Amino acid sequence: MANILSILIFLPILFSIPILFFKKDNVKLIKGYALGISLITFVLSVALYFSFNAGSGEYQFVQKMPWVKIINSYYYLGVDGISLLLILLTTLIFPISIIASFNPIKIRIKEYYFLLLLLEGALIGVFTSLDLVLFYVFWEFILIPMYFLIGIWGGEERIYATVKFFLYTMFGSVLLLIGIIWTGLLVQPFAGVFTLDIVQIATFTTYIPLDKQIILFCLFTLGFLIKVPLFPFHTWLPDAHVQAPTAGSVILAALLLKMGTYGLIRFSLGLFPVAFIKLTPVIAVLAVIGIIYGALLSIVQKDMKKLVAYSSVSHMGFIVIGIFALTNESMQGSVIQMINHGLSTGALFLFVGMIYERRHTKLIAEFGGLRKVMPVFAALFLVVSLSSIGLPGLNGFIGEFLILLGAFNSVNLGTGWYTIVSATAVIFSAVYLLWLYQRVMLGPIEKEENKVLKDITKAELATIIPLLIFIVWIGVYPNTFLRVSEMSVKKVLLNLDNTKIQMMKSIETKPKEPEKN
Amino acid sequence: MQELTLKQTLNSLSGFIPETVLIATVIVCLFLDLILRKKSVIVAVAGIVGLLVSGYFAYLQFGMREVIFTGMAVVDPFAVFFKILFVVSTIFVIIFTISSKEIQESTHHNEHVYLMVAMALGAFLMASASNMIMMYLSLETVSISSYILSGYTKRIKRSSEAAMKYVIYGAASSGIMIYGMSLIYGFTGSMNIYEISAILAKSAVTGNPVIVMSIIMILAGFGYKISSVPFHFWTPDVYEGAPVPVTAFLAVTSSAAGFAVMIRFFAVTFLQNNILLNGKLQIIPGINWTEIIVVLSVASMIIGNFTAVWQQSVKRMLAYSSIAQGGYIMLGMTMATQQGLTAMLVYLMGYLFMTLGAFYVVILVANKVDSDELVDMRGFGYKSPVIAVFMAVFMFSLAGIPSTVGFVGKFYLFSALIESNMVWLALVAVLNSVVSLFFYIKVLKYMFLMKPEEELTPKYQYGIGNYAVLLLLALPVMFFGLYFAPLVKIAEYSAILIGLK
Repeated sequence: MANILSILIFLPILFSIPILFFKKDNVKLIKGYALGISLITFVLSVALYFSFNAGSGEYQFVQKMPWVKIINSYYYLGVDGISLLLILLTTLIFPISIIASFNPIKIRIKEYYFLLLLLEGALIGVFTSLDLVLFYVFWEFILIPMYFLIGIWGGEERIYATVKFFLYTMFGSVLLLIGIIWTGLLVQPFAGVFTLDIVQIATFTTYIPLDKQIILFCLFTLGFLIKVPLFPFHTWLPDAHVQAPTAGSVILAALLLKMGTYGLIRFSLGLFPVAFIKLTPVIAVLAVIGIIYGALLSIVQKDMKKLVAYSSVSHMGFIVIGIFALTNESMQGSVIQMINHGLSTGALFLFVGMIYERRHTKLIAEFGGLRKVMPVFAALFLVVSLSSIGLPGLNGFIGEFLILLGAFNSVNLGTGWYTIVSATAVIFSAVYLLWLYQRVMLGPIEKEENKVLKDITKAELATIIPLLIFIVWIGVYPNTFLRVSEMSVKKVLLNLDNTKIQMMKSIETKPKEPEKN
Repeated sequence: MQELTLKQTLNSLSGFIPETVLIATVIVCLFLDLILRKKSVIVAVAGIVGLLVSGYFAYLQFGMREVIFTGMAVVDPFAVFFKILFVVSTIFVIIFTISSKEIQESTHHNEHVYLMVAMALGAFLMASASNMIMMYLSLETVSISSYILSGYTKRIKRSSEAAMKYVIYGAASSGIMIYGMSLIYGFTGSMNIYEISAILAKSAVTGNPVIVMSIIMILAGFGYKISSVPFHFWTPDVYEGAPVPVTAFLAVTSSAAGFAVMIRFFAVTFLQNNILLNGKLQIIPGINWTEIIVVLSVASMIIGNFTAVWQQSVKRMLAYSSIAQGGYIMLGMTMATQQGLTAMLVYLMGYLFMTLGAFYVVILVANKVDSDELVDMRGFGYKSPVIAVFMAVFMFSLAGIPSTVGFVGKFYLFSALIESNMVWLALVAVLNSVVSLFFYIKVLKYMFLMKPEEELTPKYQYGIGNYAVLLLLALPVMFFGLYFAPLVKIAEYSAILIGLK
């Protein structure tokens, strides 16, 4: 169990290599093998869940080995409750994405599954690294498989979309790199050595002059906000989502966006709490704009995939508000909402993919009355839409409720207005999703082609059912998951009670003399 | 200046073995070529063996700190580091010529081998020269060999044109350089850079415009070798016109030699030897050469990267990319610290493998499609997946994506910059690397994402040797990308210039 995290990272990465040596025509073997590896990873992560001690907010399963001694960089892994949930989501989404790719992916099958497994390992690496350089290596490495996944197997405009995606995120990442190096160097006088270990750095960052802390915070956070993506850095998202293959969209929405919010909690808040509090108004305003703007754009979309993509912008804004509210409830809400968004948006993209497989179009106007020919499909689609809207009894409600509850009285946000305005987005989400349902599923069947559509197949059910189980599970008994992150969230917020937040807000941004200890 | 006695000469010769071996190799190859006109491989093998032997003797010199030939040249870890770098790159380039169709089909069979070894000899001397005359002569040795090499396929018009342009630019800039050197000689009465440094530190040259002017003039010569803006105009044309192995040679060996001589010249001449302040060597007051370097470096990065974006020919694109890469490397000089120097050496080691790798792929592609245009690379990832994947490794490394050696070099450069409080410069550099990513992935875009109009069959066939060479180049790129401690150790050990603390 001691090095289970390394196994989780390197099992998919190392076992992706044999795929390249399989025979090209042996499609079944390739698919089965990839699925098998991802399922083993999933089983291991479930084992990780059961041996995780939820009573502690400390990093567990820690593995620390010198990596590059010269820069004092360690191969340093560990999970707390927040990252554990994200790992579980990752290992759940990948087998589903692999099954969902069985039919649509018809060319260069070997390379496709090879890249998927590579991506899985790197993602788990991002969520477990506790060394800044190690984190950065995984963070950037994600771009390589994603570039090819969108670029080779994507839609008509895939090349434009993938280049835009790559450059946009790279822009944020290089600033992050400068932030990492600079933080290490600024902490050096206090820590005694140049260190990249975030646990160690976090204890010293408050000694850095405040104006520098704010710059560092910006360097880190901009990279994360692009990934989230927060308005106005979201423009890469619709293109990437629309052009990516179904599995790519699912992974992008369910997991890659979470890298941003995870980074906000772990690094932006964890390393620079004062700057975090100082800059809350700016980011909260952007988040609220994003929530409303994403929702409004969703309403007017003609393309289903684009609609779901813009709804992501809106939902992710919610999560950001929850994080920046800095209360126990809202932070818990944000963590669970990250999972929820992964489940329901992932499922929505799967549905859109299924429709596209049948009709090769994603335009809403092409459909209508599908409920008559695809009753099971329509029913499941409704459940997932309701979960995304936040109907009580389904998962979305839990997250939204906790975020709104926590944010309303947040000292850090300072006013309830953010919450009130954001809450309207819940109504908008009902508008765009139910209207989508109405236009696609209800009414008479007008197009001839739609009359012969097949209902959901068993393979497709296999991708949706696991997601539905968790959608209902979290909705009915969220405690299974909330309890895991509870202590970790408390630990993240441990030093930030209301008085302290007040105090930090009133600190002048003048540089102060660093105190030597 | 001391009289050169026989004894001293003999003593100095013991520090001159690697160069002597190279001279012997040149002569042997010349005669082998005369005797065995048709059997090209033997001459190449002789050249490689000569280089290996010379590299071995250079390796034995590691740790030596000696002044030889009464101050004409020195042997120190810094020089030895570069000598080994030149040996490695020259060996690779000679191997390239064996698999290059354009070289093999040219009328004169093996002249390139001894020209390349001669150029390596010049590069060796550039790395160890400590006298301005020696610097100038060695630089010219390299230049003249490269003029001939770039016009090697003389029947092809653009190759001759490239050589012609190269000669004209070269003549002009080396003329300017020697004029700058003569100004410094006029000021100080010495050609030896250590003596110049001592004289400059003592006399009140503060703010004398002539010194600054002569620095700029000398930079014209060095800048021309490393193709730094604004002395870069020859680069795209020559890179495009010359045979690809020669281009690779210019991009790596010749440019690294330029860096070697430039670093030694500036670090020795314009730093106050032995005076450390906060553990830093101080620049001789009044001669703000680091600021000039900052300007050149930023200009090279920006012009190189932004121009590369528009290129349709891979060779031209790599030419502009190497201008930009030169800009990154120069960043290491801007703060005149040990960390900066170490970072430059780390970067140069990575640069060697990734640039040679990229050019080798260009050779292999050109062998099949007879073109270096990006559009003709469409679908190459399907026709020859293995080679295309190697290209991806080199491109990602040049762009500085983690888990490649290019990232390590950038990481070290940026660390050194931030440590010297030059965060803005680091920001300029990283933003440039985003721009550079655009054209590096453009190559991959054409190879993997775009499909050619014709059918994807038949696959291109390559020999096992080609794959082996690519693997030799790609393995260090990936291995040192993940475990870079040895790389940094070598660089730290080699960042020692004789006479500097």
